Amino acid sequence: MAILIDKKTKVIVQGFTGQIGTFHSTEMLNYGTNIVGGVTPGKGGSTHLDKPVFDTVKDAIAKTGADASIIFVPPPFAADSIMEAADAGVRYCVCITDGIPAHDMIRVKRYMRRYRADQKMVLTGPNCAGTISPGKCMMGIMNGNIYVPGNVGIIGRSGTLGYEAASQMKALGIGVSTSVGIGGDPINGSSFRDHLERFETDPETKAVVMIGEIGGPQEAEGAMFYKENMKKPVIGYIAGLTAPKGRRMGHAGAIISAFGESAAEKVTILQECGVTVVPSPSEFGETVKRVLAKA
Amino acid sequence: MDIHEYQAKEILSDFGVQTPRGGLAYSPEQAVYRAHEIGGEKWVVKAQIHSGARGKAGGIRVCKTDDEIWNAADELLGSRLVTHQTGARGKVVHRLYVEEATDIAQEFYVGFVLDRQMERVAVVASAEGGMEIEEISLKKPGSLIRLAVEPAVGMQPFEAREIAFKLKIDKSLISQAVTVFLGCYRAFRDLDATMVEINPLVVTKNGDLLALDAKMAFDDNALFRRPNISELRDKSQEDPREMKAADRGLNYVGLDGHIGCIINGAGLSMATMDIIKLHGGEPANFLDIGGGASPDRVAKAFNLVLSDENVETILVNIFAGINRCDWVAEGIVQAVSKIDLKIPLVVRLAGTNVNEGRKILKDSGLPVITADTLKEAAERAVAAWKQHKAKGA
Repeated sequence: MAILIDKKTKVIVQGFTGQIGTFHSTEMLNYGTNIVGGVTPGKGGSTHLDKPVFDTVKDAIAKTGADASIIFVPPPFAADSIMEAADAGVRYCVCITDGIPAHDMIRVKRYMRRYRADQKMVLTGPNCAGTISPGKCMMGIMNGNIYVPGNVGIIGRSGTLGYEAASQMKALGIGVSTSVGIGGDPINGSSFRDHLERFETDPETKAVVMIGEIGGPQEAEGAMFYKENMKKPVIGYIAGLTAPKGRRMGHAGAIISAFGESAAEKVTILQECGVTVVPSPSEFGETVKRVLAKA
Repeated sequence: MDIHEYQAKEILSDFGVQTPRGGLAYSPEQAVYRAHEIGGEKWVVKAQIHSGARGKAGGIRVCKTDDEIWNAADELLGSRLVTHQTGARGKVVHRLYVEEATDIAQEFYVGFVLDRQMERVAVVASAEGGMEIEEISLKKPGSLIRLAVEPAVGMQPFEAREIAFKLKIDKSLISQAVTVFLGCYRAFRDLDATMVEINPLVVTKNGDLLALDAKMAFDDNALFRRPNISELRDKSQEDPREMKAADRGLNYVGLDGHIGCIINGAGLSMATMDIIKLHGGEPANFLDIGGGASPDRVAKAFNLVLSDENVETILVNIFAGINRCDWVAEGIVQAVSKIDLKIPLVVRLAGTNVNEGRKILKDSGLPVITADTLKEAAERAVAAWKQHKAKGA
């Protein structure tokens, strides 16, 4: 099964014909992702990478039956693209764009509340590396080779730290069911908690790795969810032990601005909730292996 | 992006928030002149730096005569104020704001922030003004009034009124208070702010409601559509290393350690800094060179890290997803072959084209210590640094 995406997922690309959209669409097609078309307003009717281009997401869905979308639209227009996808009935959307104004994301989240829970689009990102169900479907900018199919789920804010974790696991022969990037922005589409819930009910997933960082409440929420609702083991890591308070560490959301947002505080919360904490970023693989052996 | 108090006050007064009369000064003479312009008998000379807690650091001086103003201004201008928010290096005072002194009858705290849990703009207010919000949360948590604003319609007058009544502001000042709260909210929303703080908001003995201090911060991601706000950037308040990095499109945060870091991705950067610490070293910086790092970009990152004289060892850690290790290696060779590198350099490459990258480093004949894993990289960097330090001592 895996979560969010699999072999059957039909993907459209918003911002298809741009330089970045073209590069990553080519990579995704090479991986085997079923890209059925793209959207670039004003270029509808043309073809790009042998796939049809549409003016609107609604058109694209009507003609292709796509159920998922990946967004490479530049930051000033990306929030608009997310809302267009939600309105057109996209089931799952990955927004790669880094640099969307926080106030735009507030509007996006408010807009999406107009849909009933069962009709509401699932959004991951923005400012993420995307989602991959190894061997089945890749919607993102990662290098697919880093991941092998398996039964451990990954949820992470950071792209490259996720690669590090997955490659340590791969070196020990541990594969991934789905790896979900939730992004490094202060206001994002979905949280650790949301995907922990999906992994808990996914028959292919036996354990979940949660890769968090300083700033915001979502790691703690995820840990609380684990404590109260999950049977599968969760392995956690929080990056930013050496980050000073009040300084933004690259990600717009990676900033300690309130109580409980530092790495040390979050690690304590994770431990109190029973999450197995990875002691050092070089021990993702070993820790997952140990937990799987016990499970 | 942070701005100065006087700039925040100017913005907020455009949104209907009243502030004490004041003027900007760049010299002691100008400070005295401003006081005369304002009139009255008592003034406050306030150092303009991007930090709170200026009073405790001696940056706020109450003066009664021209001489006192001149001397206060003379002392403050060019001085370096150190607060718990500036770091040990402090911030240099280049501008002063001279204001009429206010007789305070009552003080309040009002702050607007982006609430990440609610995903909304939230208002926090307290009748315990003058203290910092962290202090209020610790000592008087019961005094905090919170409200999250519905983004579709924005803050409503009844919500502002509720806050005013809860703060027990005098009934004659309620409509003024509503103007202040709604004005702050509109400024926050319309200008893509991430923080608006009035601390304290005061009732004067004359019965006016004034913002005695004001702070605003803005979303860097939204500056493209806020040219008037971008212009308020004061580069003198920024770490010169960070400024240089930003101008080169690199993401850099200066720290106090000795192992310089060049890494791709924010999360991996933080994790690499963490593992340096776990192995007994201290990182000198956070530096994320980003996604498609060309050789040129890597070379720039290199020069930037080397320009920090605290750096005694460099650790490069690249996990190439869309990056390419051969490009990174070329960048390293490009940068190092131009200079006489006197400190150890540890490089760990992983991911796309890793073998090509390692070969380039090897063939270059440069004294590069290589590592295959994150653990090796940290161990070797810390060991090399200790050895280097022992040699120098």
